[in-house]
Amino acid sequence: MPGSTPASLIAEGPEVFRAPELVAGPRLSLRRQAWRRFRKHTLAVASLFILGFLVLGVVVGPLLWRVPMGAIDLSAMLQGPLLDHPFGTNGLGQDLLARMIFGGRISLAVGVAAMAVAVGIGVAVGAIAGMASGRVDAALMWLTDLFLALPQLPLLLLLMYLFRGALRAAFGDEGGIFLLIVVVIGGLRWMSLARLVRAQFLSLREKEFIEAARALGASRARLMLRHLLPNALGPVIVAGTIEVANAIIIESTLSFLGLGFPPDVPTWGHMLYDAQQYLDSAPHWALIPGAAIFLSVLSINFIGDGLRDALDPRRVI
Amino acid sequence: MDAERLQRMIDRVKRGKLSRRGFIERVAAVGLTAPLANQLLAVAGIAMPTSSGIHYTPTKRGGGGTLKLLWWEGPTLLNPHFANGTKDQNASRLFYEPLAAWTPDGTLKPVLAAEIPSVENGSLAKDGKSVIWKLKQGVKWHDGTPFTADDVVFNWQYAKDPQTAAVTAGSYIGITVEKIDDYTVKILFAKPTPFWADAFVAANGCIIPKHLFAPYIGSKSRNAPWNLKPVGTGPYKFKTFTPGTLVQGVIFQDYHQPNRPYFDAVDMKGGGDATSAARAVLQTGEYDYAWDLQVSWDLLKKILAGGKGKLAFASGSAIEHIQVNFTDPNKVVDGERSSIKTTNPTLSDPIVRKALSLLIDRKSVQAYIYGEAGETTANFLNGPAQFVSKKTSWSYNVKKATDLLDANGWKPGPDGIRQKDGKKLSWLFQTSINQPRQETQEIIKQACKKAGIELRLKAILASVYFSSDVGNDETYPKFYADLQMYETEPPSPDPGFWMQQFLSSQVASKANKWQGRNITRWRNAEYDKIYAETTTTLDPVKRAAMFIKLNDLVVDHVVVIPLVFRKSVGASIDGLMMQLSGWDDDVWNLPDWFKETKA
Repeated sequence: MPGSTPASLIAEGPEVFRAPELVAGPRLSLRRQAWRRFRKHTLAVASLFILGFLVLGVVVGPLLWRVPMGAIDLSAMLQGPLLDHPFGTNGLGQDLLARMIFGGRISLAVGVAAMAVAVGIGVAVGAIAGMASGRVDAALMWLTDLFLALPQLPLLLLLMYLFRGALRAAFGDEGGIFLLIVVVIGGLRWMSLARLVRAQFLSLREKEFIEAARALGASRARLMLRHLLPNALGPVIVAGTIEVANAIIIESTLSFLGLGFPPDVPTWGHMLYDAQQYLDSAPHWALIPGAAIFLSVLSINFIGDGLRDALDPRRVI
Repeated sequence: MDAERLQRMIDRVKRGKLSRRGFIERVAAVGLTAPLANQLLAVAGIAMPTSSGIHYTPTKRGGGGTLKLLWWEGPTLLNPHFANGTKDQNASRLFYEPLAAWTPDGTLKPVLAAEIPSVENGSLAKDGKSVIWKLKQGVKWHDGTPFTADDVVFNWQYAKDPQTAAVTAGSYIGITVEKIDDYTVKILFAKPTPFWADAFVAANGCIIPKHLFAPYIGSKSRNAPWNLKPVGTGPYKFKTFTPGTLVQGVIFQDYHQPNRPYFDAVDMKGGGDATSAARAVLQTGEYDYAWDLQVSWDLLKKILAGGKGKLAFASGSAIEHIQVNFTDPNKVVDGERSSIKTTNPTLSDPIVRKALSLLIDRKSVQAYIYGEAGETTANFLNGPAQFVSKKTSWSYNVKKATDLLDANGWKPGPDGIRQKDGKKLSWLFQTSINQPRQETQEIIKQACKKAGIELRLKAILASVYFSSDVGNDETYPKFYADLQMYETEPPSPDPGFWMQQFLSSQVASKANKWQGRNITRWRNAEYDKIYAETTTTLDPVKRAAMFIKLNDLVVDHVVVIPLVFRKSVGASIDGLMMQLSGWDDDVWNLPDWFKETKA
């Protein structure tokens, strides 16, 4: 059956059937093979470095750059990049580097957390639908279609408006908004992942190795968790990286509309919003967060691209 | 200065021994403002001089070419009684005139009136229940019909008729207008009314002709063809009108003021936005005047460098201020937060409010955010000059604020935030989304942080924050926060209506659907008492002193923290002689506008 065996290659579990004869040369672990394929994707490797640099920057940045992000110095407002303010200052003379570091933590954390929520829901719904078939499958797919049909931005605004107050009271200003943004963005972006996982399941569960596992007496849960899911995970990882980028952009949109974090929390999207009126007089203020969003989204997308290649065993190196 | 000495000086002015100017200089030395000095003289029976502030030099009518005005919000109709916002008021004012207009210093200037009513010329009743207007004779409508008292009486009947649905109705409903003779009308008030100059004055007072509008009174009012083709008494006759785009007028040769107007025609172009309007005057010089430039100061300064014109300021008394919530926004009582049955756990302490007012760096807010379009102030009531308190002051002093809090038991807790009896100085501070406001919030937050006070900032979409939707919890009258900031402006030079917003009876609550105007929910018996007196006191000097006292009460109790009072800004091309009044339309003295020719 052409194309049937390779599908198992992307996983690493011991029960997975391996097909070493497809790989030329010495026998390599699956992980090494994937890495070799990933390395071939130059843009993905470069993106990995850029993203790594950004993440490192926002994580260890505050240890190296100790200027407080809130300190106002009105004598130094709208300053271009100089030695004492490497990224320049904003309209209140606040240091943009310190704000970029702080904002990056939020923006990247929102991206990763929202992706985790979306992947979590998407995989759960997709897996159950793919395994169960019949009525449960139909119901879950209706639900998925329903969510796909919802207009996202108006719904997002409505949810923000309805729950902002309650969550603010329960988890504090920033915690509440963070939770809300993550849950709302994640909760509105899982549908494509669910369909992807379900499609994978439907095709995988007819494969011989599943039949073999079933013949050996594996329970449905074991089949799902040990056999099907690891094999279906490749495309999910790829789709997940795209969700990270999406979440960063949606957070920027919300901040832009004033519905995101409180106005004094400098997420990248919010900095961009503040800077828009000063594009002609202080372009650095907009360009720096703009470039950071651009670079992180682009590099995450390229990494996803690279991962797709790397996790596709049909690709011969 | 004691009353006796003041009286002696007034007598000397009366006898001609002391010039008016000398008098004003002497009283200014003891802290009285010029308008207040003028009022003193007026009360003593010495008439007030009227000045438009422009020294009008042209010696003949016309010859000035076309005056090109740019109103970035285009007018949509030309009946002053239906004016939807100031754009329509301004466009109507090209053709129509009121009996009198408000000058920049808040005094009245006669337009269609022969003189300003006063107690000493017998036209203002001592009991404040009536006023007599003498009309200027020889005024003609654009179609040649003479202007008479019938027209004035008709405007009252027209505007007060609920079927007419005039936006100016508020100025005409509570009064009765009688014709005494062809050039005299009498306004009767139901009760003593200190502020008598509302009907027939300024924007709401423009007079439309009876002989054309009489068939269109009441429910037919909107069908009048003249709503779009005005026939007035103004310096320009109607030529063409494209709603929202262009109004054109040509010189009226029979205009009632000598040698006016200077321009042969006027074009009022509508559309665009404030920034491009500023550029069209200041950078390219395509237009002579652009109104209401709501442009950030930085940007405006750059455009001004274009060198074609200058900025014109109208000093009204719009005030950007912070309001303190005297009730608890976090407790729900009978289905509403910020209920009058609660008290704010921290802000109800006067020491805390005092410390907060010391933490607000008004100078920086003014200098770096509002620029020359704003002035720092300690007062809530900033104009006209006779109502402005001299006793108040403000300072920015973090040390003093922390000392004050320390001395009164507000000590920093383990998290650095000051507290007392378990109550933390941590407040929610809300305003609308508007960059200058977010920057102000940030400046105040950082100063409070230094003093151990935590401010949590919230910015709400302006369309939500200022909406009148009762179901929305984020509107400013609901005030579900500890502090909030916005701008408000008195609707007329008389502060009577405006100062109602601190009356106990006006508290905004669920019961009155948050229509009550007292948003801080501050209640003070002394304030209520003095306010009640202002409604019946007719002596302008005493009444002004009462309003000053009301302002001082509000400021001393830190009910609101005034930040800057803002002027509205227009741009005029070099050589155009004009003047704005903060109390009237931008074109309030259009007949006096002229261009200086370069020698």
